[in-house]
Amino acid sequence: MEEKKEHILSLLREIPDPEVPVLTIEDLGVLRDVRINGDEVEVVITPTYSGCPAMDTIRMQIRLALMEHGYTNNKITMLLSPAWTTEWMSESGKEKLKAYGIAPPNPKQQVCEPQEQLFAAAEAVQCPLCESWNTRRISEFGSTACKALYQCNECREPFDYFKCH
Amino acid sequence: MNPTIDYSLHLADSTLILAQRNAEWCGHGPILEQDIAITNITLDLLGQSRNFYQYAASLIGEGSTEDSLAYLRKEREFKNLLLCEQQNGDWAQTVLKQFFFSVYQQLLFDKLQSCSDEQLAAIAAKSLKEVNYHVRWSSEWVIRLGDGTEESHSRMLKAIDALWQYTGEMFIPAKYEVTIDPSTIKDSWLQKVNTVLNEAGLPLPGKVFMQTGGKEGKHTEQLGYILTELQYMQRAYPNSEW
Repeated sequence: MEEKKEHILSLLREIPDPEVPVLTIEDLGVLRDVRINGDEVEVVITPTYSGCPAMDTIRMQIRLALMEHGYTNNKITMLLSPAWTTEWMSESGKEKLKAYGIAPPNPKQQVCEPQEQLFAAAEAVQCPLCESWNTRRISEFGSTACKALYQCNECREPFDYFKCH
Repeated sequence: MNPTIDYSLHLADSTLILAQRNAEWCGHGPILEQDIAITNITLDLLGQSRNFYQYAASLIGEGSTEDSLAYLRKEREFKNLLLCEQQNGDWAQTVLKQFFFSVYQQLLFDKLQSCSDEQLAAIAAKSLKEVNYHVRWSSEWVIRLGDGTEESHSRMLKAIDALWQYTGEMFIPAKYEVTIDPSTIKDSWLQKVNTVLNEAGLPLPGKVFMQTGGKEGKHTEQLGYILTELQYMQRAYPNSEW
């Protein structure tokens, strides 16, 4: 049983996120569990954002990977609770993000707090290219639900910041 | 009828209808970054509505799905807040509508995340993280426009005039709102809204007649037009799929 679970995990671990292909679904913390119920394989995943369109693709990739290896009796369960958080992102995932040009989520930022100060840009986000902390937020929302848009004041490069969530 | 079904539908409808409204901005935002921001918010709202619809469908059974609930119910069956269906108007009216709704969602979901219904609590906890961003973004816009130029200030005044009458409904409980009594968040809502309007140099409106009925399916003229567009494909080509 454990062996089977490990085998399935090893198949799923490598599945890339369709939007940020340097990250796997394990790096992201989207892959939560694999359960073996008799003949059935149940994969538990959690969405990053409620409306993340990548989830459908991820589901399909999981299903294909399972089918390819003969696990035809499978079920994918979407778990909302506990809610996904960037704290589940692996350290290697954060390094891969940075190398890809996306600033990884800070451990904890004030934007996460409901009673934050408006217009407060005091939170420092490091430029993933020149590593300067002298950066500014251009938009709270970026190219995907999980990212915000920043620009470096030193090297002038615009970059995505993976929001703390 | 199980009140949780109606309650889930109410929460789903409000988010779906506002998402549909906001989506009208796709490709038309004042600048690219804000076009992206409003459509990101739309995506969050749509995701939230899907979660609520899926839950409602699981309680209803009988072959009901998130799609049948969104695409095949009639205007009188929709329980969304009147606020959500109002026209976008200009950018001022759009961001003010989002601001009123996001503050309401933030306070409501904060309570809903610890309610006894596990699924509603899970959806609320998940959504709250997104709503916090929406509150911040829309608050900043209300202040930026209210405290901006003469033109932007006057547009915010007009927007308040157009939308304030739809805010009272949020806090009057419908029969099915037994999980969280929305009247309990009214004071906090007013306080938060007042803080932001004050910062924006805008007045908190006095007493006006408050429109009601959305929660019971009695809508303004606007909803019909939204549903016509939203449901057209399923009505014209039943059971069609992407």
